[in-house]
Amino acid sequence: MSIAEMIDTYWLYVLIGQYPNGPLGGLALTVLLAALGLMLALPLGIALGVARVSGRAWLRRPVTALVYVVRGTPLLMVVFWAYFFLPAVTGHKTDQFNTMLTALVIFDAAYLAEIVRAGLQSLPPGQRLAAEALGMTRGQSLRLVLLPQALRHMLPSLVNQFASTIKETSIGTIIGLSELSFIAGQVNAQVLVQPVAVYGTLAGCYFVLCFGLSRIAQAVERRSGPRGPGVAMRAVTRSSWTDRFRAFMRGGLRNPVSSLSRRARTSQ
Amino acid sequence: MFFPDADVMPELDFTPLLHGQFLDWLAAGVRLSLTLTVLALVLALPLATGVALARLAPSAPFAPLRWLATFFIEAVRNVPLLAHMLFWYFAVPELLPDGLKARLYAGNVEAAAALAALVVYTAAYMAEDIRSGLRSVPAGQWEASRALGLGFIAALRWVVLPQALRATVPPLISQTLNLWKNTSIATVVGAAELMYQAQRVESASFRGFETFALATATYLGVSLLITALGALYQHRFPARPAAH
Repeated sequence: MSIAEMIDTYWLYVLIGQYPNGPLGGLALTVLLAALGLMLALPLGIALGVARVSGRAWLRRPVTALVYVVRGTPLLMVVFWAYFFLPAVTGHKTDQFNTMLTALVIFDAAYLAEIVRAGLQSLPPGQRLAAEALGMTRGQSLRLVLLPQALRHMLPSLVNQFASTIKETSIGTIIGLSELSFIAGQVNAQVLVQPVAVYGTLAGCYFVLCFGLSRIAQAVERRSGPRGPGVAMRAVTRSSWTDRFRAFMRGGLRNPVSSLSRRARTSQ
Repeated sequence: MFFPDADVMPELDFTPLLHGQFLDWLAAGVRLSLTLTVLALVLALPLATGVALARLAPSAPFAPLRWLATFFIEAVRNVPLLAHMLFWYFAVPELLPDGLKARLYAGNVEAAAALAALVVYTAAYMAEDIRSGLRSVPAGQWEASRALGLGFIAALRWVVLPQALRATVPPLISQTLNLWKNTSIATVVGAAELMYQAQRVESASFRGFETFALATATYLGVSLLITALGALYQHRFPARPAAH
């Protein structure tokens, strides 16, 4: 079978699997799984990240231990645990999609927690002190002052995390989930004589998705200006007046709080 | 009486796994996982250094070299390791001449494919860490050491590298941690590393919980060891902001 015939025969199978005559699969399932996984992991990741910097030891210590355990274990191990434990928790047999989704949510949440923690810790302490001085409770200062700033800087990391999650979904092959890599294996088993073309195409599909996302992340990063108050301050003090003007317009119009603190600190 | 439904939930028993055949299988798995990690690290480091230097090469005569290095890094990092392994296992042997192919299939082709994929994947990540480590040394350091009469090698050896290493080693250690965890994916091409052997023991012993608990503890133990190594290095050689 030539490469042209192969593409002609299998392109729809690679895109959506056996859908609508069977379960959704292929590239569509890969993207769906990654998007769902990241969306469900985000709230959990924020909660874990906030708990990681909490002043309450009974909350911080177990969450820290959980994050360390998940980050020290391969994703495949988390997948196997989900495979074993989900039926015990839910009471009935779990399919591959939900097993993989659960593992991705747990795994990504632990990684997002570290991004959130880094974002919170990179804020100048004055932000929290000012919020407290205004009479806000801990919850209010977190919700109204700290998290909005920390999460704004997280946006490029989130897009990059989406690319990582797409790459992680390939692990689903090992438990027989019919995502992109699994479909490639099926096509290879049927065609037999074109392994280079089949697996080259597989790599090409992932490359287009993930490279595209990483470019989007860079564009988002450029648009949202220099990341972190410290970086912004250095950029302002070292650059020419035109750069300074642009940095002020960029930061000042969007984010009055951080531009105020930036000006206060450069004048010292 | 403490476990009224003990017949539904069998008690945990690690003893069958801790001697005889099952222990041998698991130990062989740990050995191969560690071997893959060490070999891949040793082979990836020079490759990564080469790619990093190619990306930093002056653009005038070396522009194609820079493009090539950039292409390598982007192409490798944007494809999942699992797809790399499948490619090295199913496709690459087809590209080799027949004699070499026969020799490869006579040996441990699964472990060889896994190793090749791990080396390339790890090198692409490490190249970026090495590059940013070298770039973290300001140009003034080069200029000052040359002004003091040091040659290229001497400036590299005594001034630039000692500063660059402090910035490079911690990310390289965390890449080594990723490498250790990534060896688990080799199970997809049937390399008999820890994850593969754990599945084998699980299906032979029907002790899934105990088997995966042991495997998880092993992965976690080595991971924590590597993390501790990184913390130790940063404690002994704290990163210092370079003078400009």
